[in-house]
Amino acid sequence: MDKHINVPFSKEEAKKLKIGEYVYLSGTIYTARDAAHKRMDEALNNEEELPFNIEGNIIYYMGPSPAREGRPIGSAGPTTASRMDKYTPRLLDMGMIGMVGKGKRTDAVKDAVIRNGAVYFAAVGGAGALLSKAIISSEVIAYDDLGTEAIRKLEIKDFPVIVVMDSEGNDLYKAVTAGMQKRI
Amino acid sequence: MREINVSDITSNIKEMCIEAAHFLSGDMSRAFNAAVENESSELGKKVLSQLKDNLKIAGEEMIPICQDTGMAVVFMEIGQDLHFTGGNLEEAINEGVRQGYKEGYLRKSVVSDPIERINTKDNTPAVIHYNIVLGEKVKITVAPKGFGSENMSRIFMLKPADGIEGVKNAVLTAVRDAGPNACPPMVVGVGIGGTFEKCAILAKKALTRPVDMPSDIPYVKELECELLDRINSMGIGPGGLGGKITAMAINIETYATHIAGLPVAVNICCHVNRHAVREL
Ligand code: SF4
Repeated sequence: MDKHINVPFSKEEAKKLKIGEYVYLSGTIYTARDAAHKRMDEALNNEEELPFNIEGNIIYYMGPSPAREGRPIGSAGPTTASRMDKYTPRLLDMGMIGMVGKGKRTDAVKDAVIRNGAVYFAAVGGAGALLSKAIISSEVIAYDDLGTEAIRKLEIKDFPVIVVMDSEGNDLYKAVTAGMQKRI
Repeated sequence: MREINVSDITSNIKEMCIEAAHFLSGDMSRAFNAAVENESSELGKKVLSQLKDNLKIAGEEMIPICQDTGMAVVFMEIGQDLHFTGGNLEEAINEGVRQGYKEGYLRKSVVSDPIERINTKDNTPAVIHYNIVLGEKVKITVAPKGFGSENMSRIFMLKPADGIEGVKNAVLTAVRDAGPNACPPMVVGVGIGGTFEKCAILAKKALTRPVDMPSDIPYVKELECELLDRINSMGIGPGGLGGKITAMAINIETYATHIAGLPVAVNICCHVNRHAVREL
């Protein structure tokens, strides 16, 4: 049942993913959280370019703890996605294929996910030490002054996530509390 | 009168910040192991086994359990016959936090002003609660709090007529709304009574009570049991991905209140319910 996919990936690939599926991501992803989203949004308002090509790419909502010597990164688990909801539809409309975070999303995000055939993954919240082991390298590529909130380019290998919202807008969080306990 | 140099406070707080970020306290470990045994959903079990591996890696390799190493909340229970020497106590506490977050490679998540939002880069200031008690010792509790769960916390100013049913509804509403955002399995701290601010502090304090130690007030103990059962029948489960174990514990603290009021605070915490305690 577990799947392995490489990032970036296409809409065709995204379409095959269904809620409840356990997926291992490998390749390149970018981190951004509250402050970086705000800046990206402002950049777009000023008709400036984003610090990286968003098309087919994934944003990981994460701000790591500092790396110890010899490690690429410190603890590196997901932060709550809903704080980014305000900025997300715009990025999805620009071709972002997916997000990794934790927690519920607004209907506006869901609509944008459906409209663009994207996908929202959850990583396990509070598993930052474990998740850091799937990160091979980390490089700050923008907004260095934001410290932990800077945009980082991460190389990942078999990074474990679960599909919580698929390209049809099905929502695993809602499904489980609606009493739909059957596993998909 | 006993004397203690504030530099001892600094060094202890530094160590406690680092300890809390990497190791679960004994009570939390026991609760976590019980959760692993009792979960039956497939994804729920998978989440818990990831969290178990996570704890092992955290302790062995000194990588914080969670990257959100929190805002440092410090409870100081100070014996009235104790005298602090060698400097300013509050500065000594903040210095301990500063050193702990730097030397422990912990994330600096504090901004100096809620609107201007400039990172202080050393995770200070801490949020400090002082209590004066009998004796000549000081009991320090360091409870760094992550904001994924803090943001889902609530205060309800109920009416006396709402009674215990109103309290139950308040707690269940807060937990339901928190859902996957608060990194379940959660620990729920509840304060009932007092004033607006008192019940919030009680709720925070409740999170630092050992999670396997029920209230010694009979009706409160019953309420803790009932609410934990009801929370764990919501289906939210580990990671919010469905399952039995939505919360590992609920601790409730109560206090006297006004004839016209029934304040209830619900402080939601995650499975990394950090608290280190030392008595000097
Ligand atoms: S709620 Fe707890 S486990 Fe989740 S990200 Fe915050 S501190 Fe970490």
